Amino acid sequence: MEDEVVLLDFWPSSFAMRVKIALGEKGIKYKCKQEDLFNKSTLLLEMNPIHKKIPVLIHNGKPISESLIILQYIDQVWNRKSPLLPSDPYQRSQALFWADYIDKKIYGIGRRVWMGKEDQEEAKEELMQCLKTLERELGDKLYFGGQNIGVVDVALVPFTTWFYSYETCGNFSIEAGCPKLVAWAKRCKENYRSVSEALPHPLQIYEYVMELKKRLGL
Amino acid sequence: MAGTAEDLKVLGTKQSMFTQRVVWALKLKGVEYEFIEEDLVHKSSLLLALNPVHKKVPVLVHDGKPIAESKIILEYLDETWKERPLLPEDPRERANVRFWAAFIDDKLMEASKKAFVSTGDDRAKAMESTMEGLKLLEQELQGKKYFSGDEGIGYFDIVAGWIAYWLQFIEEIGGFKVMESTKFPCLDAWIKNFLQVPSVKQSLPSPDELRNVFGAIRMAMQMK
Repeated sequence: MEDEVVLLDFWPSSFAMRVKIALGEKGIKYKCKQEDLFNKSTLLLEMNPIHKKIPVLIHNGKPISESLIILQYIDQVWNRKSPLLPSDPYQRSQALFWADYIDKKIYGIGRRVWMGKEDQEEAKEELMQCLKTLERELGDKLYFGGQNIGVVDVALVPFTTWFYSYETCGNFSIEAGCPKLVAWAKRCKENYRSVSEALPHPLQIYEYVMELKKRLGL
Repeated sequence: MAGTAEDLKVLGTKQSMFTQRVVWALKLKGVEYEFIEEDLVHKSSLLLALNPVHKKVPVLVHDGKPIAESKIILEYLDETWKERPLLPEDPRERANVRFWAAFIDDKLMEASKKAFVSTGDDRAKAMESTMEGLKLLEQELQGKKYFSGDEGIGYFDIVAGWIAYWLQFIEEIGGFKVMESTKFPCLDAWIKNFLQVPSVKQSLPSPDELRNVFGAIRMAMQMK
């Protein structure tokens, strides 16, 4: 029986991009269904009744939600190629630590940057601090995963397509503060088709952010 | 491979619900470790060196290598010491318990923290949110002795553990009530069963210790 894989997606979502990269890396065929977050489908509400959020991976009719949980699920089920997590328990714990760090920080802080309210300056500083911390963790490695991309790369790289929006809304340069990280993002896109295909162009994200700001009255 | 007291350390505090998760797991697995009680007001250079990013407890140190974040530590323990498994093997079931663990920490805990710190309408909303969360857990329990099944506690129960003991003191010091035994009979039964598990029973801080901790937090908030 062939696997049926459906992804409930929203194209600007960094969290959904993570799943697309993972599915691409593993060579999994899937159907991508675009959701309108202002008008959520019955399918989304049925598949993720508690959070009502995307991404949701529906594997043979059964849903998995929360992007990092989805990544771990994909890695466990389709375990023959492109491992996302190290097999060594300690290395695994470190990878999960950094993926969790990215989850705790980047989306929330980034949002405060592009929203451009009174806390924008504070948010810009926090963002740069986080990115510098991540840059230090990357060190001289090609990728966070070492020679190949791993869960930390997959967790972080989608946010880089939002960098242009953060920079333009906040009037600052991320590359100036974190050149190695920006170089890493370029490397991921150049060497991994799953990444370049999953990430929309930064200008498309910017257009979306502008529309969203208008909609929110900002 | 059993851990000996010299190569496995836990940095934490007796009162920390997150530290206790790690202690319960180690006791369940019968693994020996050295417990280092940390002062969270005047953090030790050891703690700051081992968890420079978050500067929090618990930190597990195995063969000199540190691991932070309680849920990540639990998964590491389960992968390293295979006896008395805490997480299910099946990928879908694993995803399910991780989902609920994230829900408990991100939604339920946040809501009860908010209820503790706020007043008036904000408090009412936070209490409602907390009770909605408890209701979902009540539904998850239906018919089972523990979240992890009838055999014994597992990862899900361990992560939910604060609800069985810490929550009552959060309510008491905060001056609100969300965990009603009549509203949540399955949860109520689970609490009683959970607190009877020897690995849990042996490691609980005293009521007064927790009253002091939450009392101090309340005072600090009121001084702001």
